[in-house]
Amino acid sequence: MSAASAEHHDHDDHHGPAPGLTRWLYTTNHKDIGTLYLLFSLLMFFIGGGMALIIRAELFQPGLQLVDPLFFNSMTTMHALVMIFGVVMPAFVGLANWMIPMMIGAPDMALPRLNNWSFWIMPFAFTLLLSTLFMEGGGPAGGWTLYAPLSLQGGDSFAFVIFSIHFMGISSVMGSINIVATIFNMRAPGMTLMKMPLFVWTWLITAFLLIAVMPVLAGAVTMLLTDRFFDTSFFSAAGGGDPVMYQHIFWFFGHPEVYILILPAFGIVSSIIPTFARKPLFGYASMVYATASIAFLSFIVWAHHMFTVGMPLAGEMFFMFATMMISVPTGVKVFNWIATMWRGSMTFETPMLFAVGFLVMFTIGGLSGLMLAITPADIQYHDTYFVVAHFHYVLVPGAIYSIMAATYYWLPKWTGNMYDEKWGKIHFWVSTIFLNVLFFPMHFVGLAGMPRRIPDYSMQFADWNAVATIGAFGFGFSQLIFVYVVFKCMKGGEKATDEVWEGADGLEWTVPSPAPYHTFETPPPIR
Amino acid sequence: MNAIRRAHLVIAGKLSLLVVGMFGFGYLMVPIYNILCDITGLNGKTSSIAAVAPKSVDEDRLVTVEFVSVVNSAAAWTFKPMQRTMQVVPGQTYNASYEVVNLSGNPAVGQAVPSVAPSSAAKYFNKIECFCFTHQEFGAGDRKEMPLVFFVEENLPRSIDTVTLSYTYFDTGAQPAGDS
Repeated sequence: MSAASAEHHDHDDHHGPAPGLTRWLYTTNHKDIGTLYLLFSLLMFFIGGGMALIIRAELFQPGLQLVDPLFFNSMTTMHALVMIFGVVMPAFVGLANWMIPMMIGAPDMALPRLNNWSFWIMPFAFTLLLSTLFMEGGGPAGGWTLYAPLSLQGGDSFAFVIFSIHFMGISSVMGSINIVATIFNMRAPGMTLMKMPLFVWTWLITAFLLIAVMPVLAGAVTMLLTDRFFDTSFFSAAGGGDPVMYQHIFWFFGHPEVYILILPAFGIVSSIIPTFARKPLFGYASMVYATASIAFLSFIVWAHHMFTVGMPLAGEMFFMFATMMISVPTGVKVFNWIATMWRGSMTFETPMLFAVGFLVMFTIGGLSGLMLAITPADIQYHDTYFVVAHFHYVLVPGAIYSIMAATYYWLPKWTGNMYDEKWGKIHFWVSTIFLNVLFFPMHFVGLAGMPRRIPDYSMQFADWNAVATIGAFGFGFSQLIFVYVVFKCMKGGEKATDEVWEGADGLEWTVPSPAPYHTFETPPPIR
Repeated sequence: MNAIRRAHLVIAGKLSLLVVGMFGFGYLMVPIYNILCDITGLNGKTSSIAAVAPKSVDEDRLVTVEFVSVVNSAAAWTFKPMQRTMQVVPGQTYNASYEVVNLSGNPAVGQAVPSVAPSSAAKYFNKIECFCFTHQEFGAGDRKEMPLVFFVEENLPRSIDTVTLSYTYFDTGAQPAGDS
């Protein structure tokens, strides 16, 4: 190698990415890893979405049409695992990687090599998980919660499912450790904790939740593994174990997990709404405290997922009231967002549309959650499509909409180009209409008693299921618009200014668009 | 640069300890759960240790005990109570029995697991002798009548007048070891 090219190479190392594919394999740059996470999550979104369309196609009519019931069950199970662990969580981690260093004025994440590793575990984890679909006995079919003893009665491919969950857990725990270390150690001088943008705050709390509960899930699935293959009896009553105990351990993980899926969304919406209302966020401190109290409460409400296991009255009352208490800090947040918009000079660019859509539809999901919290009512709603409607309202127009809002909001900063506003708006409206056609009827069939996770149903549910299926295909295919807009923006378009949005506030808008490969190598001054 | 590196490692180290601790806590939930259920009887589990005979009797009260049997996941057994219900006086000892037939053509070892409903009655339902305390070994086609000696404590809450005792019969999958 000549001296000139060696010098040139050095130059590359310090100021730009290495050329070729190995750039992505070996990268320790937070922006590259953020991009990898986001693209991975987009790919998984279509895989998980394809599974959802298989489910909805089967449910278009009563009776068994397209797939056999075992495959249907493994579709519902896999759809959930892919969407939770493969779409929402990686997308949030990707956004955290991209934005947190830029928001707190840090040059990179604290532990860049760990960061590379925590991403590259994910493709292996999901190859393991998805490969079970092609194995003898099929994929896991007992629901994503993997309730024992049902989950222990499948094929030997179950071991692959458990190892893939271990991998996902390791990946998100490492990612979280990295995020906490970055936030604690790498803030620019003057960036006190109470000056951090809310996205950083919500992620800090989410990271602690992840570190606290992912190991519990790892423990629970390890117990399943030893029960299935090594003759322990944690959950087998014949050997002195207790299947209900699995549910307690699982939901001790599971309930904080659902806040892991929504707290970063709160942070994103808290960034976007002030920008387009052109007012600072109303009640910043109360937002921080509300987030922290939601996180705390999430640890003491788990048994509301299992009101029908036969708890004593006192237990049911405690979990009912503790659950309802969560609506207080969540209400604080919703009212703060509304107060931020109150008398603001609002404009409705695509990120704002998604953020307002989030606000309205997430609240619908929150209210059906309150209905489910009422123990005597829950005994009727339990395991019906009402539950499906509830968590899809908080996850799709909640978590997924916030991720899309974030993508549209920061895409000009990432690529240096404005996205196509017209197609962005079309994407929002088509998605929103079909989404409600898809999920709203599930409330009706659920209240009428249609059970979830069953490939067949009685005649009285036929009409609304047909409607929901039409909505599902409309919603699914309208996401191709999103892909089109994102890739079109990556390729070119109107040049974005450094500020991008007129009302935007925050350190990420002080760097050029597109954001250079390295930012804030010297800490920025903080006002 | 070294100071910041050390700070990163300190945080990463502390958080890794938390990770290990929470993994351990997941396992710790197993004994916590069992102890809580033992104390309160919340999951309807009755004690797996033989009780001593009752001390006092409440003559002017009658409680209905219902006997239920379930065979787990289509194993080849017949398992049913020899009596559907009994009227018992709290504090008195009674005998009941279940009939088990091994329908499979092979020797097998079975185990019954009891549960009491309502769960708040579990800790007042005592067994002096029960086939559920041990495994039972069967030759192919064997039939056995299995005894149970129980009493309901006299301080069973007044609101409970029916106690359901349910046994689930499991095939342990083991082979009989012969006479041991």
